[in-house]
Amino acid sequence: MTTLPLEPVPTQADDARSALRGVNRGDQVFRVALTALALALPLLLVALVGQLFVSAWPAIKRFGFSFLWSSVWDPVAEVFGAAPMLFGTLASSLLALLIAVPLSLGVSIYLTEFAPKWLRQPIAFLVELLAAIPSVVYGLWGIFVLIPFLRGHVIGPLRAVLGWTPFVSGVFYGNSLLAGGIILAIMIVPYIAAVSREVLLAVPGNQREAALGMGATRWEAVWTAVVPYGRAGLIGAVILGLGRALGETMAVTMVIGNRHDIGLSVLQPAYTMAAAIANEFSEATTNLYLSALFEVGLILFFVTVVVNALARLLIWRVARGTAVGSRAL
Amino acid sequence: MTGLVALLSFLAVFALVLILGNLVAKGASSLDLNFFIKNPVPAGQTGGGVANAIVGTAIIVGLAGLIGLPVGIGTGLYLAEYGSGQLGWIVRFVADVLNGTPSIVVGIFAWRWMVKPMGHFTALAGAVALAVLMVPMLARTTEEMVRLVPHSLREAALALGYPRWRTSLRIIARTALAGIVTGCLVGIARIAGETAPLLFTALGNLNFSTNLLQPMQSLSLQVFTYATGPFEEWHRLAWAAAIVLMGLVLLLATAARWAVRQRYGSSR
Repeated sequence: MTTLPLEPVPTQADDARSALRGVNRGDQVFRVALTALALALPLLLVALVGQLFVSAWPAIKRFGFSFLWSSVWDPVAEVFGAAPMLFGTLASSLLALLIAVPLSLGVSIYLTEFAPKWLRQPIAFLVELLAAIPSVVYGLWGIFVLIPFLRGHVIGPLRAVLGWTPFVSGVFYGNSLLAGGIILAIMIVPYIAAVSREVLLAVPGNQREAALGMGATRWEAVWTAVVPYGRAGLIGAVILGLGRALGETMAVTMVIGNRHDIGLSVLQPAYTMAAAIANEFSEATTNLYLSALFEVGLILFFVTVVVNALARLLIWRVARGTAVGSRAL
Repeated sequence: MTGLVALLSFLAVFALVLILGNLVAKGASSLDLNFFIKNPVPAGQTGGGVANAIVGTAIIVGLAGLIGLPVGIGTGLYLAEYGSGQLGWIVRFVADVLNGTPSIVVGIFAWRWMVKPMGHFTALAGAVALAVLMVPMLARTTEEMVRLVPHSLREAALALGYPRWRTSLRIIARTALAGIVTGCLVGIARIAGETAPLLFTALGNLNFSTNLLQPMQSLSLQVFTYATGPFEEWHRLAWAAAIVLMGLVLLLATAARWAVRQRYGSSR
């Protein structure tokens, strides 16, 4: 008994038929190959989160939520609490925003509304270049230029004006929350400026024209019509900058002082989550110590993911359907 | 108020000028031929260079590009060509999530994933960490650039009987090539200056090494070690190494701008 081949042998006629149906072997291979490459990213994310979680699990199990509010960090006794780092990360980032937001909004408003045409591209390019400077170079500059400058020319006047507040008190060691905040501010200006510039450019021209038509000056038109229209996107840009500041590692590590302590004074040394990992990871001798650092990394990861997702949603609300901000994101 | 925003803009530009100016003022005098062709000398002695770090950066970044570029460009093509469905949405979202991930987190991930199982620090792990940082950004820029290609080009190719895959590669990707190259250069510029992901992977090495399975020095690591070290001599070298690193990054960034201009006349 002979068995018939189950699958018909393809003929030229079949080839032609499949071509007519729009099925092409090359197309299928191409699509499968690209899909396989594209799947790498989701798999990577799963691996990243899984790996961090598994590595952090001993610390999570041991300390539970007290990890978040305890400020004891004692590798010898194997007791770990990350509160000072959480505080320092938040404080340095907020300080950075305090300086960077007016600066970068000023840049973006000037570039979209007031600057002469020939000046716009060069200024935009130069501000963007700030983002190209490697973090470690910022740190170097912070150690040898910024901190001596702060010590010589800024701390004195700052004490004279704000010395009565708890924010400016104590001895200035050089490495401090203030130095970290200023460095971070310079680092995030290009991101906030670039995205908010794109947001302002996406505001329809008739908003502007309507305000001008009602007799507003150019500044009033910007401040009462353009900026409010883009408000969500601008807030998105700022939050994006916050996301950058939270995760920034090297420059901050080099100037913030790396001390496990919660203090209100910006003159005092502090610590951030990223800096703690950078500093202590290679010294972590016990498994629990290592695991605690992984938990810090896990927290840092989730915080930046939430912050970035929020920024994205806000930017999308203004510039729906356009790629605004995707470059910087 | 107009004056105020102008002032703020010039302040931002001033910060850049100040930083670059300080770099040149403090580091340029240490740049001589020896700096580029000699290896570091033991602490306490004067002289020595960063040849090992320059070669190390080239190897690590080159390897990261070798791993990251195909995956990033492929993902970007997928998003532009087939990315309208659910998987496309997921990949796009994941790319944006990973794009905001702090580099130090990627560093400890690479340590756990590659260094720990192998038992020692390797340049390979550093390259993988950098590739992970580069892929999401590259995917998004490639997608954006491919989407800029006019639809009529694709229709013309398909109407002539070109299969879809050849249309994608020969017509669409080819037309968007300048944009894709720009994305690659920006991506490489970004990872060339990274330090945090290399701390626990490539680790750094005071000797000359080209072995991918051993620790390797990079310019960024060298700047970090020298800047935070206790010796005057090291600080001097840190500034000089920073100039080299900065020059490399600026070169890549300028090349990226030039590539855009070649294709699109002026940028935007």
